[in-house]
Amino acid sequence: MATGNVTFRQDWCKGCGLCVAVCPKKIIFLDESITNRKGYHPATVKDMDQCIGCANCARMCPDSIITVERV
Amino acid sequence: MAIVYRRSKGLTDVETHYCPGCTHGIIHRLVAETLEELGVLGKTIGVAPVGCSVFAYDYFNCDMQEAAHGRAPAVATGIKRVLPDKVVFTYQGDGDLAAIGTGEITHAAMRGENITTIFVNNAIYGMTGGQMAPTTLVGQRATTAPLGRDKSHAGSPIRIAEMLATLDGAAYIERVTVTSPANVMKAKRAIKKAFELQLEGRGFTMIEVLSTCPTNWGLTPVKALEWLNENMIPVFPLGVYKDITKKEA
Amino acid sequence: MAKELWKGNEAIAEAAIRAGCRCYFGYPITPQSEIPEYMSLHMPKVGGVFLQSESEIAAINMVYGASGAGARVMTSSSSPGVSLKQEGISYMCGAELPGVIVNVMRGGPGLGTIQPAQGDYFQATRGGGNGDYRLIVFAPANIQEVVDLMQEAFELADQYRMPVMMLLDGMIGQMMEPIEWKKPPVSPDDLPEKPWATTGTKEGRAPNIINSLFIDPEACNVHNKRLEEKYRRVIESEQRYETNDTDGAEVIFVAYGTPARLARAAAGLLEKEGIKAGVFRPVTVWPYPYEALHEVSLQDSVKAIVTVEMSTGQMVDDVRIGVNGVKPVSFIGQAGGVIPTPREVANAALKALGR
Repeated sequence: MATGNVTFRQDWCKGCGLCVAVCPKKIIFLDESITNRKGYHPATVKDMDQCIGCANCARMCPDSIITVERV
Repeated sequence: MAIVYRRSKGLTDVETHYCPGCTHGIIHRLVAETLEELGVLGKTIGVAPVGCSVFAYDYFNCDMQEAAHGRAPAVATGIKRVLPDKVVFTYQGDGDLAAIGTGEITHAAMRGENITTIFVNNAIYGMTGGQMAPTTLVGQRATTAPLGRDKSHAGSPIRIAEMLATLDGAAYIERVTVTSPANVMKAKRAIKKAFELQLEGRGFTMIEVLSTCPTNWGLTPVKALEWLNENMIPVFPLGVYKDITKKEA
Repeated sequence: MAKELWKGNEAIAEAAIRAGCRCYFGYPITPQSEIPEYMSLHMPKVGGVFLQSESEIAAINMVYGASGAGARVMTSSSSPGVSLKQEGISYMCGAELPGVIVNVMRGGPGLGTIQPAQGDYFQATRGGGNGDYRLIVFAPANIQEVVDLMQEAFELADQYRMPVMMLLDGMIGQMMEPIEWKKPPVSPDDLPEKPWATTGTKEGRAPNIINSLFIDPEACNVHNKRLEEKYRRVIESEQRYETNDTDGAEVIFVAYGTPARLARAAAGLLEKEGIKAGVFRPVTVWPYPYEALHEVSLQDSVKAIVTVEMSTGQMVDDVRIGVNGVKPVSFIGQAGGVIPTPREVANAALKALGR
């Protein structure tokens, strides 16, 4: 199973949730424990081992803040 | 670990002012990726309109000009005519292109101007706060159509892709959207084909991209995607409306 | 130098090409259509760009784009067409773009007539578009002067990075006169570099941006002050005017374009009737030569200043500013394409002198 890794440039995230909606593994969520300097809860992933590196999230991100890696 | 997806070098390192979830950002990225992949960032001049994307000159990592409302195709014509070997594109919204700028876009297409137009259709005037646009759907509310667009009063939406496809000067016209990763990939393919045809000097190319406006539609970003799929696509069918390469294929 | 017989409009187009202009966008409108016609034939011959646009609005925006891309570029039109260009001109001033705009004036307002007039003076010198901006406005009185000034118009446009207007009435555009080509043609290859132009970064420099949007009020104010400073420098060094027999004159005619020639003829009639009359002729109507006019008016001999225009009186406001009340200023003018006769002009002077 290809394992992927995503990183979010959280200080630029506007919490729009498009990535959350399109992640096939449903592992992206808006981290309500953080409020970035723009006042939004930025997107993040906890169960990174579930990530398959499909880049759906990055394709839907209007602010191009997601970088996707794959083994 | 190999990077499979990263921010394009065609975008500057500037945060955009767009509202959360506004798909302008996705469309910017697709244009930026295309210019980067075709290796033409250094010889591209873009023309930004007046509208939400008026600040596009701060976001694309290439020479840019800011045009008067509706006049981007004329500005782009001026640039392309004196720099025929450069890549020239306009990035315009529906108020800019389908309302005040219908003359300019029509004649750029008529002339077969060798430029590429990215036409972002979100069925509303975004920057000025949600007024009715020529592409606003019948019944859709806007700040200047508070009870919904009334066909007997303000007519029905204008279909630019179909309209311009009738002109011989148009080499490639496709309508796409960016409401899902799959649609984003199709939109990218269309945008890339348009720029490739420009590089081959085939004439006027335009990609109409159905786009969301969560703020002025009064919907969450995700709901806005659904609203677009259910309401806009039936009125603005996706597809290729002109493709001079098809005969050759 | 051989004299050649040229029609005004065609001489204007040829002069632009000789001045190194290799890019023209235009739209048909009487009485200036010979300019795009001439350009359509001759611009391609020198490897230049000619394009007929779908409107005067499109043409001025094409000028904006081409100028922003570094080209020496021109457009032309006549009164109603120039009205359509005002927003584009305001954008060019805001974005600090050079370019030459020729207005071959006709009678107005509205559709008016196709006959010559001078009803666009306010629009040209006060700015018909939005915001605080100015443009250098030349007011040639004959075809020789138009061709002589054309090269300078392009040079000043590049030097100050602003549009320059050539303001003439339809008479000058439509008539034929013998002229000489005094200056050698300019090759576009010898023109100064424009590092600010959008020619493509070649991924070797930061993007160039041609823009007039300054959304932050402080930035917009600073930008306006910068433009104001530029205009101050233009006022200081680019005023042009001509005086004929103004020393010791009793009456001074102030006129530009074709009316200045009428005033010269009227002065001749008055001379025969024992009255010394002179003509003060602004060659730039912006920046207007106020001080020079004031000095001429201060002469003890001068009893009256008579402004002559092919309008109901627009430049007369500037004459009053220049004269500043030291001598009485009066006005004679016809509009709609009617041209005052030398006799009528002379009689206006007699009336002003109480004779």
